[in-house]
Amino acid sequence: MIVGQQKDFDEIKKMISGYSRLLVLGCQTCVAISFAGGMREVEILASMIRMDRKMAGQDVEIVEEAILRQCDFEFLDSVKDLVADCDVVLSLACGVGVQAMAERYPDKVILPGINTTFMGLTEEMGIWSERCAGCGDCVLDRTGGLCPIARCSKGLLNGPCGGSVNGKCEISPDVDCVWQLIIDRLKALNQLEKLEEIFPIKDWSVSGHGGTRKIIREDLTA
Amino acid sequence: MIMKSGSNLEKILSSGQFSVTAECGPPKGTSAKVIQRKGELLKSHCDALNVTDNQTAIVRLSSLSGSVILKQVDVEPVMQMVVRDRNRLAIQSDILGAVALGIRNVLCLSGDHQKFGNHPTAKGVYDIDSMQLLQTLKHMRDEKKFLSGDDISGEVPLFLGAAANPFADPFEFRVTRLAKKIKAGADFIQTQAIFDAPKFIRWMDMVRDRGLDQKVHILAGVIPVKSVGMARYMRNNVSGLSVPEKLIDRMADAKDAKEEGVKICLEIIEQIKEIKGIHGVHIMAVAWEDIVPGIVEKAGLMPRPVVSDQAGI
Repeated sequence: MIVGQQKDFDEIKKMISGYSRLLVLGCQTCVAISFAGGMREVEILASMIRMDRKMAGQDVEIVEEAILRQCDFEFLDSVKDLVADCDVVLSLACGVGVQAMAERYPDKVILPGINTTFMGLTEEMGIWSERCAGCGDCVLDRTGGLCPIARCSKGLLNGPCGGSVNGKCEISPDVDCVWQLIIDRLKALNQLEKLEEIFPIKDWSVSGHGGTRKIIREDLTA
Repeated sequence: MIMKSGSNLEKILSSGQFSVTAECGPPKGTSAKVIQRKGELLKSHCDALNVTDNQTAIVRLSSLSGSVILKQVDVEPVMQMVVRDRNRLAIQSDILGAVALGIRNVLCLSGDHQKFGNHPTAKGVYDIDSMQLLQTLKHMRDEKKFLSGDDISGEVPLFLGAAANPFADPFEFRVTRLAKKIKAGADFIQTQAIFDAPKFIRWMDMVRDRGLDQKVHILAGVIPVKSVGMARYMRNNVSGLSVPEKLIDRMADAKDAKEEGVKICLEIIEQIKEIKGIHGVHIMAVAWEDIVPGIVEKAGLMPRPVVSDQAGI
């Protein structure tokens, strides 16, 4: 899933200053699971904005709503009237959702309330970590199901570098060295010989360095 | 004998002589004199000097320029190159320039993560890794082609170096990684600094078991330690460096810490000289270059061999 993190309140305050009718719009999918942009976060953020405006002696009208998926045009029409009635939409969706809203409502200012952080998973309650970099050419078959591109600090394909100590990365004792994990796992699977081969230079053109990515499936297009 | 680069270092190593290299860190500024002075100081005691490439991710005068400045004072450089700061276009372009300017030795490295340096918010490049950097330069030299397959005009005579760290984890895989670097194109290896000689000896046993010492010249790294503070700092802050407690105690108890540091360094050199498959020593006297000539002399490594000027290519 996509993991997000709410922006600092001060940054949000600055973004919405001058607007008095707000729609705070959450997304009930990925970012709700990472407690960044679901209905609960919409309600809390709306209360904070109301309180802040009250203390500043400023009027504000806030509508709170969340839709199933802001990244899907299909779901965006349901908030048409709410969007029409506000000056600005503060979206708590990921960057995809914010842009879908901006595309669907070209006359409306759509602001991001969260930072879209990574594609990852919930390790345990309150802890999320990155798993995939969306590089467009999956290598997990060769690396024991652990991604060196997303999880090695240097994205090395022929790791580990000389900074791997006691299973930890040189950048921090809190960061696992994914190459240690890859070696441990391949050893357990009796596939360590996979690492005798040099991993060839990667084609980054499919990872976004070849320009914005788009998939067209002619068998599915009308 | 057919030489790959004709460099002094290659000639010494391929003639079976024990080599001595040291390190020359470029300044955080524009003074060529800093490099020239280090070059003059070390030239009669070393076969080549490594010029570091934004070491510890701190911006300094570039390794390519530093290498050229060394050449101007008749010192042979080993140009270090990290993949942290440049993509495959910049790498190949810098290599062409380096060869054109007479640089013959290149050490291929990943580079310390940018988080450690003075620009921790920088975007790391890592288009290719250090293994693939070796492959790239070998391809340029042997095939006279760019990665794209396009022809390179002119020769690319290079002696290719790589790093090996026997003290990083996982220990057993470190030998596999060395084998991969040799397969990728490494002609010589400079190891991480050795303080824990018994562990290094165990690693070299594994290296010889795989016959790797026959395929590459291994130069053992050493660091003369100036003070107990430095020893502690390295133990606590430099990942992949093993500094035994006994060494720290010796430094702490010493009347003259510098003298003790040199003594320890000489003891380590004495031990590694005896190891079969070690073809040289690489002295990394960070911010203490003045001590290198004395160490080389006391280690019985003088005079340095003189090889013919005639390039073997």
